[in-house]
Amino acid sequence: MSDQQASFPKVVLVGNPNVGKSVVFNALTGAYTTVSNYPGTSVEVSRGHCQITDRRYEILDTPGMYSMMPITEEERVARRILLTEDPHAVVHVIDARNLERMLPMTLQLIEAGLPVILVVNILDEAERLGIKLDLDLLQRNLGIPVIGAVMKRKIGLEELCQAISNYAMVPYKPFVYAQDLEQDIENIIKLIHGDYRLSLRATCILLMQKDDDIQKIVTEKETEDDYRQLLETTREISFRRRADLHLQISLERRKVCKQMLKDVVTQTVNETEPFSEKLSIWMMNPLTGTPILLLVIYFGLYEFVGGFGAGTLVDFLEGNLFENYINPPVVNFAEKYLTADWLFELVAGEYGLWTLGIRYAVALVLPIVGTFFLIFSLLEDSGYFPRLALLVDRLFKKIGLSGRAVIPIVLGFGCDTMATLVTRTLETKRERIIATMLLALAIPCSAQLGVILGLLSAVPNALFVWTVFLLLLFLMIGFLAAKVLPGDSPVFYMEIPPLRLPQLRNVMVKTLTRMQSYFVEILPLFLFASVVLWAGKMTGTLGNVINVFSPIVKAIGLPVEVTTAFVFGFFRRDFGAAGLYDLQTSGLLSAAQLTVAAVTLTLFVPCVAQFLVMIKERGFRVAAIIFAFVTVMAFSSGWFLNKFLLTTGLLA
Amino acid sequence: MERLSEKAEEILESLWVMTVEGDNVGCLLTSLKVNPNSEELVELIHRSYVEIRGDRVCLRKEGRPEAQMTVRRHRLAERLTMDILGISGDEGNEHACEFEHLLRQGVDVKLCTLLNHPTTCPHGNPIPPGECCIEARQQGEPGIVALTELKSGESGEIAYLAASDDKKMQKLMSMGVLPGSQLLLVQKFPSYIFKVGNSQFAVDDMLAREIHIRREVK
Repeated sequence: MSDQQASFPKVVLVGNPNVGKSVVFNALTGAYTTVSNYPGTSVEVSRGHCQITDRRYEILDTPGMYSMMPITEEERVARRILLTEDPHAVVHVIDARNLERMLPMTLQLIEAGLPVILVVNILDEAERLGIKLDLDLLQRNLGIPVIGAVMKRKIGLEELCQAISNYAMVPYKPFVYAQDLEQDIENIIKLIHGDYRLSLRATCILLMQKDDDIQKIVTEKETEDDYRQLLETTREISFRRRADLHLQISLERRKVCKQMLKDVVTQTVNETEPFSEKLSIWMMNPLTGTPILLLVIYFGLYEFVGGFGAGTLVDFLEGNLFENYINPPVVNFAEKYLTADWLFELVAGEYGLWTLGIRYAVALVLPIVGTFFLIFSLLEDSGYFPRLALLVDRLFKKIGLSGRAVIPIVLGFGCDTMATLVTRTLETKRERIIATMLLALAIPCSAQLGVILGLLSAVPNALFVWTVFLLLLFLMIGFLAAKVLPGDSPVFYMEIPPLRLPQLRNVMVKTLTRMQSYFVEILPLFLFASVVLWAGKMTGTLGNVINVFSPIVKAIGLPVEVTTAFVFGFFRRDFGAAGLYDLQTSGLLSAAQLTVAAVTLTLFVPCVAQFLVMIKERGFRVAAIIFAFVTVMAFSSGWFLNKFLLTTGLLA
Repeated sequence: MERLSEKAEEILESLWVMTVEGDNVGCLLTSLKVNPNSEELVELIHRSYVEIRGDRVCLRKEGRPEAQMTVRRHRLAERLTMDILGISGDEGNEHACEFEHLLRQGVDVKLCTLLNHPTTCPHGNPIPPGECCIEARQQGEPGIVALTELKSGESGEIAYLAASDDKKMQKLMSMGVLPGSQLLLVQKFPSYIFKVGNSQFAVDDMLAREIHIRREVK
């Protein structure tokens, strides 16, 4: 089967971020990848299949790229596909509102000798802006199939399928640039002999622009002598053109685009300013944007996730459904049939698979994570995050990050593990390390957050202390990290997509997909943790571990029982918080102790899953250092806060 | 008249910043770190640019033009080191302090024209206009300025991108921020937001400083 699969003709989707590649992918394959109104959500290549008449095609959806010359990691991933795969067709998806801006990449794809189909998407919004397009003319000018589309309503899908199945590569005539540039390209082409995936012309231009990956490929394909000569010539050219090579190439391409677009675009002025435009301006102005942010946090996080998710839903599931209807028969069953003591403990005991594993995961964590993902997906689809990014950029610069990092940080409030994966979209290694550390230290995930909000809401002052303390620590550690870590501070630039009304179906599917992947990821860990803790209890190891930890826990002014919550905390952060929940309901903690415990636990070591992702993304050394730092930081902050609360009598 | 010593210029500069731009009444001798009998202070008093009242040094009316021009030279020098030579941070400041003393006998006018009569230093403080600036304004030259100099709502054509970092420039170019495109500045704070074609972009001030705009003539 796998052999056969490999022989399916491939169709590669490429294009700028946020033009609807993923929508096209979903329409073609019927599968679901995350579609959002945030540039750069697809970090990885999605693959799916599609049946057109009697042939099956493999469809590849790539991360957004702005040009054939990659700068960010996502672009590199996307271009690698073009360098390694042998596609039947390359579908370039562009935004009808920005033809002039996006067409240069179409030219580059054509120039690279790829079998390009152009999809001009989002025609409806372009029309609303008063833009009229003559796509037939564009098709004649470019010499490739051009399809107008509104993919989210499946308009143009049939034409695209037809174009894919009828695709026949025609030799293209190269776009001609200025004579001096052509001369240089010619000089390099003369020296190159290998066989390349991309056309010689494209390879040479990229070589001239000193593209790393291309340089590497050329080293492999050319003989040593040829390569040396080639290197000399390109060096000479790049030096001679050091001032403006990239600029000249860009300008030449734009000149060609202007010719291609002559008479294609007619724009009538559309003066009415829609409400979304006003809202967008409010969101981006700090004076109005800050209150909007606070409203989003209050209603989205506090009221909906904290109040509805962690309150109403958890009460219903845990207090009503499990307590009254599900637990009794399970415990009954266990008492009747699981007579062996160890077996009973494993299933229904204090740390049993049922009691700790499934009950916590389903009744405590899932409602909270679910409500968080719902809010997150809504905000993501509306286009709020890029606006938030530009709002916080200045502040984030102080902690060594750019506004771009707002996405992983916000996502961290949902799941730090997922967020650590997303730090990949940050541009410098320095930024990635700082973001990973802050996520591990100061960002509580939604499960933890939900439980902690629930715990602390009984004592409003405690919630206040917790919030302020974490916020200060987040800023302070970020600030110090920015000072200590070498490297330049990041540069911020971002495309701001128009605000859109989120589509209910899209939001729901996205939320469910995220919940599903979260659940698939956590349930095994919950069960695993239960088994480990059960084994620990049965063999007495747990007691020993708790004994080792308890002096530290006592030193920060907490009752010994809390140690168990900390040990749990390593298996899942939220697990620990949920452990606290049990302690609080049994009245073992004072307000000050509760706050200290909540703060320490929030800061304490990331859960197993996050730690594993940290190792995978940042390497073992960095991950281990962060781990050690976070542990020390958590307990010393707990100690400090305890002393502070005792001295000031703030929560007494 | 003989040239002021470099140290005397530094004193004038501090006085300007603290008493004219700030709201201090004179400067404490201690905060200027000068001795009342030091050569540079005597020099300034002799020209009646400053006077000593108690433990404070005050800028006199006679000293104001000179002080203003000193500040102007310093901030022009900052523009030169930071924008053109690309030296930033402490090192940039250090070099600016050395350069400013060379900007005399018309060199400041040449530099100011080269920099297209900037109105603020890289730290955002105003550069007092020289005669050349006033003249340029009267001639109504649209002039080419960094995006940071535009007002919100103002538009112009992108003239050039000052390339300090190849990758950043390529990024801007691939997003369609190319010379010849029309640009509309939407907002300046906390980030620069501008429109090119039908797309909106946000950049920080580091990048905004590198996008140069030909102002529209009104």
